[in-house]
Amino acid sequence: MLSANRNPVAKILGMDYNTMKEDPSILNILDKITKEDDPESEVKMKMAMLLEELDLHLLNYSLKHASLEIHLNPVTIKKDIELLKHFSGQGEQTVLESIEYTSDYEFSNGCRAPPWRQLHGEICYVLVKPHDVETLCITCCAEGVFLNGGKTDDEGEINYERKGAIYKDLVTFLKHKSAKFSENMSKQTRLTEEQQKVKDQPKKAPKKKEADALHKSITSSNKSKLENNQINFGKNQMTKRLEPSVNWKTDVDFKVRRISVRDTQEKKHGGRPEKSTPPVSPGRAQLVHKNADKTEEIPSESSSESEEDEEPPDHRQEANADLPSEYWQIQKLVKYLKGGNQTATVIALCSMRDFNLAQETCQLAIRDVGGLEVLINLLDTDEVKCKIGSLKILKEISYNPQIRRNIVDLGGLPVMVNILDSPHKILKCLAAETIANVAKFRRARRVVRHHGGITKLVALLDCAQNSTEPAQASLYDERDVEVARCGALALWSCSKSYANKEAIRKAGGIPLLAQLLKTSHENMLIPVVGTLQECASEESYRAAIKAERIIENLVKNLNSENEQLQEHCAMAIYQCAEDEETRDLVRLHGGLKPLASLLNKTDNKERLAAVTGAIWKCSISKENVTKFREYRAIETLVGLLTDQPEEVLVNVVGALGECCQEYENRVLVRKCGGIQPLVNLLVGINQALLVNVTKAVGACAVEPESMVIIDRLDGVRLLWSLLKNPHPDVKASAAWALCPCIQNAKDAGEMVRSFVGGLELVVNLLKSDNKEVLASVCAVITNIAKDQENLAVITDHGVVPLLSKLANTNNDKLRQHLAEAISRCCMWGRNKVAFGEHKAVAPLVRYLKSNDTNVHRATAQALYQLSEDANNCITMHENGAVKLLLDMVGSPDQDLQEAAAGCISNIRRLALATEKARYP
Amino acid sequence: HLCTSLKKDSQFWYLYSCFMVKKSEVECLIRLFHSLVERDDVRLHNNVLDRNTFRATLHNLFGMTDDMLMKRVFFAFDKNDNCMNVKEWIKGLSVFLRGTFEEKLKFCFKVYYLNSDGYISREEIFDMLKNSLHQQSSEKETDGGIEELVEKMLKKMDYDNDGKISFAVFEKAVKEETLLLEVFGQCLPEAKVQCQQPKLVEKTF
Repeated sequence: MLSANRNPVAKILGMDYNTMKEDPSILNILDKITKEDDPESEVKMKMAMLLEELDLHLLNYSLKHASLEIHLNPVTIKKDIELLKHFSGQGEQTVLESIEYTSDYEFSNGCRAPPWRQLHGEICYVLVKPHDVETLCITCCAEGVFLNGGKTDDEGEINYERKGAIYKDLVTFLKHKSAKFSENMSKQTRLTEEQQKVKDQPKKAPKKKEADALHKSITSSNKSKLENNQINFGKNQMTKRLEPSVNWKTDVDFKVRRISVRDTQEKKHGGRPEKSTPPVSPGRAQLVHKNADKTEEIPSESSSESEEDEEPPDHRQEANADLPSEYWQIQKLVKYLKGGNQTATVIALCSMRDFNLAQETCQLAIRDVGGLEVLINLLDTDEVKCKIGSLKILKEISYNPQIRRNIVDLGGLPVMVNILDSPHKILKCLAAETIANVAKFRRARRVVRHHGGITKLVALLDCAQNSTEPAQASLYDERDVEVARCGALALWSCSKSYANKEAIRKAGGIPLLAQLLKTSHENMLIPVVGTLQECASEESYRAAIKAERIIENLVKNLNSENEQLQEHCAMAIYQCAEDEETRDLVRLHGGLKPLASLLNKTDNKERLAAVTGAIWKCSISKENVTKFREYRAIETLVGLLTDQPEEVLVNVVGALGECCQEYENRVLVRKCGGIQPLVNLLVGINQALLVNVTKAVGACAVEPESMVIIDRLDGVRLLWSLLKNPHPDVKASAAWALCPCIQNAKDAGEMVRSFVGGLELVVNLLKSDNKEVLASVCAVITNIAKDQENLAVITDHGVVPLLSKLANTNNDKLRQHLAEAISRCCMWGRNKVAFGEHKAVAPLVRYLKSNDTNVHRATAQALYQLSEDANNCITMHENGAVKLLLDMVGSPDQDLQEAAAGCISNIRRLALATEKARYP
Repeated sequence: HLCTSLKKDSQFWYLYSCFMVKKSEVECLIRLFHSLVERDDVRLHNNVLDRNTFRATLHNLFGMTDDMLMKRVFFAFDKNDNCMNVKEWIKGLSVFLRGTFEEKLKFCFKVYYLNSDGYISREEIFDMLKNSLHQQSSEKETDGGIEELVEKMLKKMDYDNDGKISFAVFEKAVKEETLLLEVFGQCLPEAKVQCQQPKLVEKTF
């Protein structure tokens, strides 16, 4: 920010503040006035002087205020610390013995404090050992620098509580805490001054330089601090105005934190060098925007990822609030956990389980009395019984989102991942189940992966296979199937992150999941199918799912009684059915009928969304559509067009859009009264829904009778207004839908003209940079241009140069529609000539070398139109069109033949005419 | 030569068939018994194990630490004559190492009640938990803590509110929560030892 805005003071306070007072322009005026001796201008001058004085006074006043609100930022703190580091070490001369960060890891925003502490404005923690005092553990935060509770012995955790006054910066803090520091600091300064006198002492010279540097950069850092404050001043005002509630603020903070996490990820992946980081507090507003963009840029996380990523604010129970009796009882039990031997521990653990652990009061009570730490510590012991008891409790309380985060913060996950290797199956089960609960947010999932948890969890799936169960199970053992189930449960949670999906695949998880899918236990099938469904967002999985013959079992389980299982199976089919072969497999295994019958059960919306999604994707294949019609699914779909949540609507409309590609179904949809609800949906805002609705309406508009209804309902106007939608997919889809509308509407020309500004809008869309939008708009223009009057209007709007500009493209779809549009537009005035003038002809000739017959036909027709102008013929000839067109004459496509022949004849005629003119 | 002479003994086959332990394991246990008795006397009937040796074995092999409980385990092994013969030894260890859940349940209950009235009384529980809490600031406080633990367990298990725990009640509670099997102190081999049996025993001797 600073580099972009080098002189913020001047910008905020005005140029005058920055320049010298003896402004020559003022002098000039003064001169003029004295020369002219005009009394009136003298009054004016005095006024001006007074005003300027007032202005200056105001500026000074505001600056004084601005400088009061000193805020530190990571950059200044980093500078100070690095500088002090330079002057630390053994010996009497140094200012400090040592100064160190507590954490080596620096987030991209320059902070080293863990993200949840950054919320409090904390930037980093520093361990400072001055010569004369004990080691100080210091928190540097935006408000200033203070002493915190120090490092706790066991965990290396920092006690974040403030233990002293806040000082404005590190140097001031240390000056107050250590007499030696302040003494040596002033010595260094004095040294500098002395050494400046004795310049010819080579030995001390470097030291002097150092000291000098120290002096200089501390002042410079102070200066930059001042500058930052001035920025802060403006921003603070702004943010204050923008903060109507606390909620908003926390929201922003979370986003900022999320960026930092993302940034670190990026750094790891891309190895991007550290970029200059803007100070956190002033740059916040921009950061939020940046984040919004970034979220879209990063496709690595699947859709389900976002769930529960908002970290909820911590609700610590207030010390003085009325605490429930459970709180005190649990506190006692935790005391016994801490101070008891194995027997007492087991008793305390069992007693704790007698509380209602599903209740939030109990969950938070356990945490607030320090129980989580003890429970996690128990996992590290050798005592199997204690581990079991502890995990049983952790499993229950980790349903609470806050507890999950606390468990991760306390380092519980790596321990649990290690337990997955335990020889005791019950421990494996409990650990996996707890991981399944905890790994509901991204940070936790990453920790599981980084500690090798995915491989171990996949190994658990294998248990069911080598089931040589011992005749006499040991005391604390579970069945192998149970182990596999728990493993699948944990993988299901973990599979919501892209990298984990990859890790599962690499660990050989897919064949194991496929194997488990053959069982008939519902509680096993749900996590297995859930994992597969989650992972099916990846191409590699979809291929594997096909190869491992998983579809067959998915279809089989669609017939299960369990709603959740049905939902996940349908969801998995939805994800996989983008692939044609998979769609066929679903049909061959008889999956379409259960899907169609599930369509009638509308009470469970999640399942309905999954089922309609599967139907949508399956209906991309014609054979499947025929089946669906047989099962009367289309009528049911039309019935679902009203009163359903958007997730369902998107899929229903998508399915109808596919079905309506066939004539019979279009009629069917119209007869069931489907047109009206479809057109009604055109006013929505959901982008995915709009894309599907426009497609469906477009498909219906192919049938003239449906078109009459669409026209009556003003559907065309609604479609047309969607051309203004900000999203390119919606624009393109609406434009494609408009084509059949214009084709089939009665009095289409009049209708198009009735949209005020409509034609100009379409022509301007040719400036888009999205290929799909361009192709669709070209198609619309082709249809509009069929009406002479409209063609005249779009010509006036400059359609010819815009189309010509697009000619240099390699996209065959765009080429085809562009050529069609050009050939239509040639029908007006001197457009043929204009296309030549705008150099559209030569690129068109090149289209003939494409492999697409559709492109050939459209191009030949365009060239035929263009060849009526002599200059164009010359260009074509020069670009070798004749030979290419001669080949086209032999094409089996009649239209192509005709157009190519016509074009050649035009060129030939011109040649003859020239010859005639030359040799009469 | 020990085993060959043993096999002639009818008792060996009795043990073998009674306790469903593998033949090699019985052999191993017998060998172990004799190495403990440290007498190379083949006449089985005269060989007995005294309490101290037994206690040392429990500690070394099975990781038990509580003195009082080890004494109780001895009495659960031993019929009533204060010394353990090889039959009692194998019978006990077969439960110890290969026992079913039911057998272990019975064994633990037997260890926990002393005065053989068939109930675990409040006083007995207090006695067994006496050392379970680390000494806190005052003895009174520690006793209070133990009293509370006793109270908690009685509340949990004493369904008929008579201040003592019967076998039926104990069985019910343990079946609900397996962790309660050794609720008043360790009287079975540690879980980690259980897993490695019997290789560990063989390796040790």
